[in-house]
Amino acid sequence: MSTTVEEPGAARLGEPSAALADLHVVEFGGFAAGPAIGKHLADHGAEVIRVESRLRLDGFRTNYPPYKDGQPGIERAGMFAITNNDKLGVTLNLKSSAGLELAGRLIERADVVIENFTPGTMERLGLGHEAMSARNSGLITISTCNQGATGPHAHRAGFGTHLTALSGFTHLTGWPDRSPSLLWGPFIDYIAVAYGAVAVLAALEMRARTGHGCHVDLSQYEAGIQLLAPVMVEHFATAAVPTRMGNRHPAAAPHGVFPCAGVERWCAISVHDDAEWARFRAALGEPGWARDECLATAAGRKAAEDDLERRVSEWTRDRDRAEVLEILRAAEVHAAPVNDMRDVFEDLQLVHRGAFRRLDHPVIGPHSVPSPAFILPETPDVIASPAFMLGEHNRYVICDLLGVGDDEFDALEAEGALQ
Amino acid sequence: MAEPGAAEVAPLEGLLALDLTGELGWLLGKILADLGATVLKIDPPGGDPGRDQPPLIHGPAGSVGATWVAFNACKQRLDLDLAVAGDRARLLELAEKADFVLEGEAPGRLDELGIGWAALSQRNHGLVMTSVTPYGQDGPLARVPASDLELMASGGAAWLTGDPDRPPVRVSLPQAAAWACVNAAVGTLIAHHHRRLVGRGQHVDASAQCGVLPMLVHAPTFWEMAGVNPMRAGAFLVGRNVNGATMRNIWPCRDGFVTFAIYGGSAGRLSNRGLVEWMADKGMASESLLAIDWDTFEVATMTPAEIESMEAAIAPFFLTLTKREFLEQTEARRMLGYVVATAEDIAADPQLTARAVWADTYLPELGKAVRLPVGWFRLAGPKATR
Repeated sequence: MSTTVEEPGAARLGEPSAALADLHVVEFGGFAAGPAIGKHLADHGAEVIRVESRLRLDGFRTNYPPYKDGQPGIERAGMFAITNNDKLGVTLNLKSSAGLELAGRLIERADVVIENFTPGTMERLGLGHEAMSARNSGLITISTCNQGATGPHAHRAGFGTHLTALSGFTHLTGWPDRSPSLLWGPFIDYIAVAYGAVAVLAALEMRARTGHGCHVDLSQYEAGIQLLAPVMVEHFATAAVPTRMGNRHPAAAPHGVFPCAGVERWCAISVHDDAEWARFRAALGEPGWARDECLATAAGRKAAEDDLERRVSEWTRDRDRAEVLEILRAAEVHAAPVNDMRDVFEDLQLVHRGAFRRLDHPVIGPHSVPSPAFILPETPDVIASPAFMLGEHNRYVICDLLGVGDDEFDALEAEGALQ
Repeated sequence: MAEPGAAEVAPLEGLLALDLTGELGWLLGKILADLGATVLKIDPPGGDPGRDQPPLIHGPAGSVGATWVAFNACKQRLDLDLAVAGDRARLLELAEKADFVLEGEAPGRLDELGIGWAALSQRNHGLVMTSVTPYGQDGPLARVPASDLELMASGGAAWLTGDPDRPPVRVSLPQAAAWACVNAAVGTLIAHHHRRLVGRGQHVDASAQCGVLPMLVHAPTFWEMAGVNPMRAGAFLVGRNVNGATMRNIWPCRDGFVTFAIYGGSAGRLSNRGLVEWMADKGMASESLLAIDWDTFEVATMTPAEIESMEAAIAPFFLTLTKREFLEQTEARRMLGYVVATAEDIAADPQLTARAVWADTYLPELGKAVRLPVGWFRLAGPKATR
């Protein structure tokens, strides 16, 4: 790691093999909120060392299906596998002084520490930013938690599904005449991890300019609110309280999801202006109902939306989804399949992009991990290694990276420091 | 950044981004501006056509779309007509000094105008250009139009959301563009980091369809590892139970909805116990709930019937509570749960006020100030800056 001020554009390290190959990252915590930030960095070549403990396992290893062959097991969990590829795994008992010392030495050689322990834990262990930056002056640390480290609800624990609701997204999902609908998984976590990765990269830029590290206090709630901004701007300006509206749009109609032939086959169709409406009508073969003068304007279509949706459904219902898409896309009308979880692996565009990458895990076997949502042509991602097994890289990290001798390593193991 | 020890110099201060994006890419420039970059939004004469997208907000000087305000109020603006050679030359000049160019035209469109990646990077080797488009720069769908609805559908998110007896739904507030942009910002800053090392930029290719994929989390893994194609389940949580049981996660209360679920794991057991103790305090805990041994309770292996019976005992209790009571007590009792917040609830949340999340910005297009969320990048602790 470097604490000197870097010259912008200076090719000091020669050509790195990956965009982030010069970065050393240590990760503490579990689930998605911290480790998925580390995945963003590992995917582009950062050395990411995850500190785990056998005494308290990551919840993604222990109570988060699916598991290989439906059998729970700490090396069988899909969620852990898709969050921790291309990292090094080390087990340290942070309740032992030797384990704690090793964690400190890992942080000493790190550029970045990512953590989502219960807030305050790192400080209590003496591994917080203040203590560690005395030993590593350029250190960047990021703590991510539900609502941030200050304020009346600081340190409040919670799961992603609940925080997604607190952040307003759940209220905006579903049908206006019914209960809100749950968003899948810890939706908001994946907003916050992208903001977290941005924050780490921004802090590195700041360090490159000033020579100083910093501590970032990331509130997952506030990251979510960034995306909710349009609704809040409207609310503050007009006192309106926007709510869910199925698939409808404030102006465009038709704008919905329609059934196709088969079981649970759906397509999304939307028409955004009068010219597109004319193309849509032509694509459907100019049916009599569509020639109604009332439908010629956006306001007219919006007013007749119930009828319009029924008519479109009648047209899609008995056609294969592929046929519907072919007809509408040829007419340059907005249309797409509602891809299910099998379809996303087969979608030709996603396959073309390499959206999922196959890795071979020693226990799980061949499986897919997500690749970044962007492509860097000069420095492609380096996704290659499956998630580490518990403690898999103990000897490499402790002996090769920290320079601990083999005998001392064995002694550390015997005294329980590597649990 | 009003916190003690906050940065005197914002991370990207002094860097220039030219922002040619439409609606799909608006948030990307905002994120760079949040970090201190100067973002110059290049609009066609007469302004961004997306500025009038509903819902509109009104002021003495005019009306503008709330989404446009949310993601562009922080940017400087310059009108250029890229159909005119003189204005294209002006753009090329600006790009020579720029650190980032952000754009979202149909792939190939800027090249046709002579202001694509080839032309810009020739003049400025260090440039990082980020394109945010529906499906990315190439591939079979690269030139197919898509709005939020089609992206949420083809990215798989819509499949997972909505009531089982009605079609899949998107989130009513468009999400695909925002998720594409947050991820594109990661890519843009990774390219920037690499530029610092080698002195050369690159063309970052972000796809909004791919930006939706992180919303699926482990749902594709269920298909791949277990042959299960998880489906929309309304207010219920799926995928946490080996017997396929679903768990209610959204419950009606007296003045809206709250979110709570019966969970496993140590935190879950504590949470479940907290609820039953609370119900007992109010004389509303059933015999069957009181009889549960929380130390050995494991939700992942329960049967659907067992879970349904627990939920039937809990639902009437939530109906007696307001959202505020629920929030206060869940915190006090260490339960895992929040409210299903509306814009009104969020505007009134003391946590956001205490952290100075809101700030007023005067907008000339409206002739008045608007209130926006600011300050997600928070520094704390000593020696944050020089």
